[in-house]
Amino acid sequence: MIEIFLDPQLLTDFLRTSLRLAVPITFAAVGGVLSERSGVYNIGLEGMMLAGAFGAAVGAFFFGTPFAGVVTGAMCGMLAALILAVLGVSLGVNQIVTGIAINLLVLGLTSFLSRVVFGAQANTLDLEGFRPLAIPVLVSIPVIGPVFFGQDALVYAMYGLVPMMYYIMFKTPWGLNIRAVGENPRAADTAGVPVNLVRYACVLGSGVFAGLGGCFLVLSQVFLFSENMSAGKGFIALAAVILGRWNPIGALLACLLFGFFDSLQLRLQFLNPDVPHEIFVALPYMVSILALVGLVGRPTPPAAAGIPYRREAK
Amino acid sequence: MLGAIRFLYMFKSVWAVVAALIVGSFLIKLAGSDPIEAYVALFKGAFTEYYGVGSTLVKMSPLVLAGLAVTVPLRAGQFNIGVEGQIYMGALFATLAALYLPAMPGWLHILAASLSGMIGGAFWALIPAILKAYYRVNEIIVTLLMNYVAINIVSYAVSGPMMAPDAPYPYSHEIPEALFLPHVLPRTDAHLGVVIGIVLAIVIFAVFRYGTFGFTLSTVGKNARAAEYAGVSVRRTIVLAFVVAGAMGGLAGTYEVLGLKYRLFHHFSPGYGYDGIVITFLAGANPLFVVIAATFLAGLRSGAGIMQRAVGVDATVIEAIQGLVVIFVAMGLAFRFDRTYWAKFLHTRRAADRGLAPGSGGDKPP
Repeated sequence: MIEIFLDPQLLTDFLRTSLRLAVPITFAAVGGVLSERSGVYNIGLEGMMLAGAFGAAVGAFFFGTPFAGVVTGAMCGMLAALILAVLGVSLGVNQIVTGIAINLLVLGLTSFLSRVVFGAQANTLDLEGFRPLAIPVLVSIPVIGPVFFGQDALVYAMYGLVPMMYYIMFKTPWGLNIRAVGENPRAADTAGVPVNLVRYACVLGSGVFAGLGGCFLVLSQVFLFSENMSAGKGFIALAAVILGRWNPIGALLACLLFGFFDSLQLRLQFLNPDVPHEIFVALPYMVSILALVGLVGRPTPPAAAGIPYRREAK
Repeated sequence: MLGAIRFLYMFKSVWAVVAALIVGSFLIKLAGSDPIEAYVALFKGAFTEYYGVGSTLVKMSPLVLAGLAVTVPLRAGQFNIGVEGQIYMGALFATLAALYLPAMPGWLHILAASLSGMIGGAFWALIPAILKAYYRVNEIIVTLLMNYVAINIVSYAVSGPMMAPDAPYPYSHEIPEALFLPHVLPRTDAHLGVVIGIVLAIVIFAVFRYGTFGFTLSTVGKNARAAEYAGVSVRRTIVLAFVVAGAMGGLAGTYEVLGLKYRLFHHFSPGYGYDGIVITFLAGANPLFVVIAATFLAGLRSGAGIMQRAVGVDATVIEAIQGLVVIFVAMGLAFRFDRTYWAKFLHTRRAADRGLAPGSGGDKPP
């Protein structure tokens, strides 16, 4: 066990796996941060991720290139998010109910459509995915190099996304509007911020990001679509949103923690073939729960999260 | 006019189902089959043929209980999305009791196994309840995450310590024959679980209607602060609601083992816990309607196979239709009276009508 951390080659592999396992949930968690900062709870991340995964498989299947997969995957994630935007923002339906509804709908719809589109081969399909793309010079740094700079395009996209979202959210007027809308929509409205427009943009954006997380599952990890393949990752992402205190960088750190434990459980499975692997598979979920419980201090979600805004309402 | 709309609104779940079936028919068309033919095969098979009814009743048993498990905490404003995990833990505890308790009369053993299953489910629900009530940890995320933990615990149990020696697939030993639940329809798999589920639905309905616990629950759900002022412990109510819910989920798992499979299987539930959410939405969190919604969903599930054989549409289309049902029910929630633009529009219109009526004073200057 301990030799993982002593042997540079093993350590590199271990950290590499940790990072790759963290990437899909990071995309979804950043999406969750965006949507909840604007005051819209997003329990539907799981469904948006699954929609993204399905879209990625369809795009890559029909166009034969992972880039088309990313575009269709992001669009499918956005479509799923559109439901949350229309029902949760415009119609004022309880956002938790809507989110759960999205998860159930997408689960059923993708299971069915994948059989229509791929037929029986859905589980044997070998899609064209992303290949690792080493960044010259940087990749040759020992340990760190191959871990961070020997990845594929989507991982690099995530590197860009997290600081960009942090910058937008905390350093630009747009970010100020988003946070204002999430904290006090009435005040924001009075100041001339189009509350529901901002929320629409944020929810749709979160669908795109969660969709990208789904794309990563298909195009960088398993190269096929299978029923319910998001398997709770969207919910881990939700936990990461809370752990990361509604901050993209915090969410990234939380996701890296989960990736670390997920990778650890894979190693433990491999090293202890006589212990049933289920114990280890459950590890990241338990870590998420423990992390939620063991938070130091009380996390405070954006004040208006979950409350639909109506202009004339008191 | 308003009365008519109010009347139509009462049946909003029916409209949601109709809308879902209509959109679903496009999906069936997409798969290259005739929707009408498919639906006829489905509903005829599920509700009119003897064996079809039997298989509908088999599926109803876990669905009614799962629906109740979501409904009870929802009354107190809590989302129990962890029914799937509670089903798994209930089945695990019940199987343990069935296999390893000392010999006793059959009925007593069934009772002991059921109780054990309820305890298993309740225990699994107690964890998120305590976390929510005392540490304010979001119960939705915790119950969701715990589903995955429970499924893996059961997988571990049936592929390790409880695995039958010659099993080709991870499952436990068969439970003693004395514990098999009696069947309610001869020559089908329909077992007593469905009757128990319906009885429990009626009991919970009565408690909601006439019992203090039911009143306490909805007070907490509607206004927790007011409940606290009235001397109700919000925390204890939430915990209790989850324990009752977990027990229902646990029973659902128990009867899958005692009534149908007679063993504990790896991944034995095809998502009954999540169907419970659909049922609760459809039933508007009313325990009696839970039975109706569960009947409908059980019929969809049992008819799906028949439809697949008859028309060749993949049975997963039913999962998609279930998802559509939830979306349409959720949309229906937007048209709640007195809250929306729609309602306001109706109110202003009605006020205007009254003002126009002769003799009301509306036509005279004040």
